[in-house]
Amino acid sequence: MAERIVIHPVTRIEGHAKISIYVDAAGEVESAQFHVTEFRGFEKICEGRPFHEMPGLMSRVCGICPVSHVIASSKAGDGLLGVDPPPAAVLQRRLLNYAQVLQSHALSFFHLSSPDLLLGLDSPPEKRNMFGLVEREPDFIRRGIRLRQFGQRVIELAGGKRVHPVWGTPGGVLHPLTREARDEMAGWITESIESLQIALGRLKSLLDSLQEEIRHLGNFPSLFLGTVNHDGGLEYYDGLIRIVDSEGNVVADRLDPRRYYTFIEEASEEWTFVKFAYYKPLGYPGGKYRVGPLARLNVAQHAGTPLADREMREFKQRSRGAVCESFHYHLARLIEMLHSVERIEELLNDPELLGEDVRARALPNRREAIGSCEAPRGTLFHHYTVDRDGTMRKANLLIATGQNNQAMNMAVEQAARRFVRPGHLTEGMLNRVEAAIRCFDPCLSCSTHAIGRMPLVIELRDKSGRVLDRITRS
Amino acid sequence: MSVKTLQIDGKMITGSDGDSIFTVAWEHGIHIPRLCHIGGISDVGACRLCLVEVEGQRRLQASCLTPVQEGMVVHTDTERLRAQRKLIVELLMAERNHVCAVCVANGACELQDLAMRLGVDHVRVRYRFPSLPVDLTHERFGMDHNRCILCTRCVRVCDEVEGAHTWDVAGRGAGCRVITDMGQPWGQSDTCTSCGKCVQVCPTGALFSKGKTVAEMEKDRGFLKYIVTAREKGQWIG
Ligand code: SF4
Ligand code: SF4
Ligand code: FES
Repeated sequence: MAERIVIHPVTRIEGHAKISIYVDAAGEVESAQFHVTEFRGFEKICEGRPFHEMPGLMSRVCGICPVSHVIASSKAGDGLLGVDPPPAAVLQRRLLNYAQVLQSHALSFFHLSSPDLLLGLDSPPEKRNMFGLVEREPDFIRRGIRLRQFGQRVIELAGGKRVHPVWGTPGGVLHPLTREARDEMAGWITESIESLQIALGRLKSLLDSLQEEIRHLGNFPSLFLGTVNHDGGLEYYDGLIRIVDSEGNVVADRLDPRRYYTFIEEASEEWTFVKFAYYKPLGYPGGKYRVGPLARLNVAQHAGTPLADREMREFKQRSRGAVCESFHYHLARLIEMLHSVERIEELLNDPELLGEDVRARALPNRREAIGSCEAPRGTLFHHYTVDRDGTMRKANLLIATGQNNQAMNMAVEQAARRFVRPGHLTEGMLNRVEAAIRCFDPCLSCSTHAIGRMPLVIELRDKSGRVLDRITRS
Repeated sequence: MSVKTLQIDGKMITGSDGDSIFTVAWEHGIHIPRLCHIGGISDVGACRLCLVEVEGQRRLQASCLTPVQEGMVVHTDTERLRAQRKLIVELLMAERNHVCAVCVANGACELQDLAMRLGVDHVRVRYRFPSLPVDLTHERFGMDHNRCILCTRCVRVCDEVEGAHTWDVAGRGAGCRVITDMGQPWGQSDTCTSCGKCVQVCPTGALFSKGKTVAEMEKDRGFLKYIVTAREKGQWIG
């Protein structure tokens, strides 16, 4: 008898998600689907509004990576005005984007994933959370919290607000950065680097004991897409798109993100609201690709900062081609955090950062523009069309969750095949399927609370919809 | 000019004949809430936020339109008035689309300030969510009908101070809108001198300078007093 197992979060998640696992009569997992009902109304809300409002509006798309939306939106705005923002504005935007990567990754790694990693996926659920970790590893967790605070503080000092900063604008940013703010930021660097080195050492020492998870939580070939700078190094603000395959071969290079629609296409499936982005020349579903930390480390040849470069060389030795294990998103995240702190330090030492001239002004000169950047979870594109007066006619957002959608579905399916035994549901199964999603750190996990696990329900159903078994966790 | 003596909130106060309760109260530090009144142009009593209780009169009076009288006893801050004002602000919020978090005037809006002062932490009436346009045809300014409270400050300042009379009010009830000229887009107005006075006096984010992003539109209302003093007294003082 064919069965369907449904896992879905119960409460406290904006943008509901649900996992269905289909099991055949023999009890083998046949397929799995990861459904996200993200709030896609945003594009509609933009229509008819002045495009200058977009950065402010877009900072509301997400409570975790608002800065990246502000940046992509401001860059699209630069394009509509047809101006280059002054150097100080570019430096500020870069600074905040690194701070965003830092704080978002810190949340993902320390708050959400480290209970699983450090305490073990089979440790008792009542202990496997931030509080359990605080008891066992107070220093480790305190460092994680401080790292996140550093990122947030940078955003707060420059953006005026920690959560939804209105700071970027078409043509630049709103205010010059003060010397006091810069000096305060600089005070965090040493501690942050130390914390990240400790965390990296810790994660690497655990990898041997996690072989089972590494092999089965989303380990498969795919393309990887990310931004690189002019010499092929990591880049988060400006740059060109590179795509590599699982062997590490460059499939496409020097693609202009402002022409993303020439190489990325989106497919729809009736069972989910999130579209499936794919690399156009390879079609759907063959052109599936991953974005985000793992993809960026796979496409870039080097980091460009000394400490991160050392880590990256080691990272690249994990595979002859690209690193295909989605589990290594965690490791990639830590390396990116280290890189971000190093870049933040460089930026803070740049005298131009405090420049007074932070905004280029113009009337709209173009009807259509695209802004992109590397957001914590992957390459982000904002595509705007306006009328002659600057009224928004159309907005299209291509976000990381959509681009990782195919990969997340595969990861869930792989985890389910390996760990789910129908008829008898265990906490351990639930954890592994959840951990597969957690690797990608999709937006829905960010809206769960810092307690470190998603509220989930697994339901085991037969074909007629009758519930055979059920596990709930809140 | 004769002087009138009256009592406001228990205080004995004197005011000039012809002055409104509102003006006299403010001169004595009693800040009656308001949205449509702004010093320097005429009053129309559009918003009803300045309502006060006058002893001996059953109905509430709009203090901006009620002249002081000898021996009046006025209350500006009673339970009944607070309830009324709160409801008026809630109705204004529900009538159009006020989403402060993404509004150009966020943090510098008289309606928002008033809502905070009156403790409007939620709206008890159902939002109407009308679909309203934004006019960005003017080269320098924008008009967002979603944020307009129909106070008509723009209409009056344009007519009485600038002398252009670009703005007017058209339609009735829920269909009421301020319009430019005969209803054509602002950018096509023959009468607008692009002076920007309407933008500065507008209490909300309805009129704004183009290019302003969320929470960036701050209004400068000091100019009105300056112009009116210069015109009436021949004194050019800020
Ligand atoms: S006009 Fe004022 S009350 Fe209305 S949305 Fe804007 S800030 Fe809020
Ligand atoms: S546009 Fe502004 S000033 Fe004019 S009526 Fe509306 S709210 Fe009042
Ligand atoms: S201020 Fe008196 S009615 Fe508006």
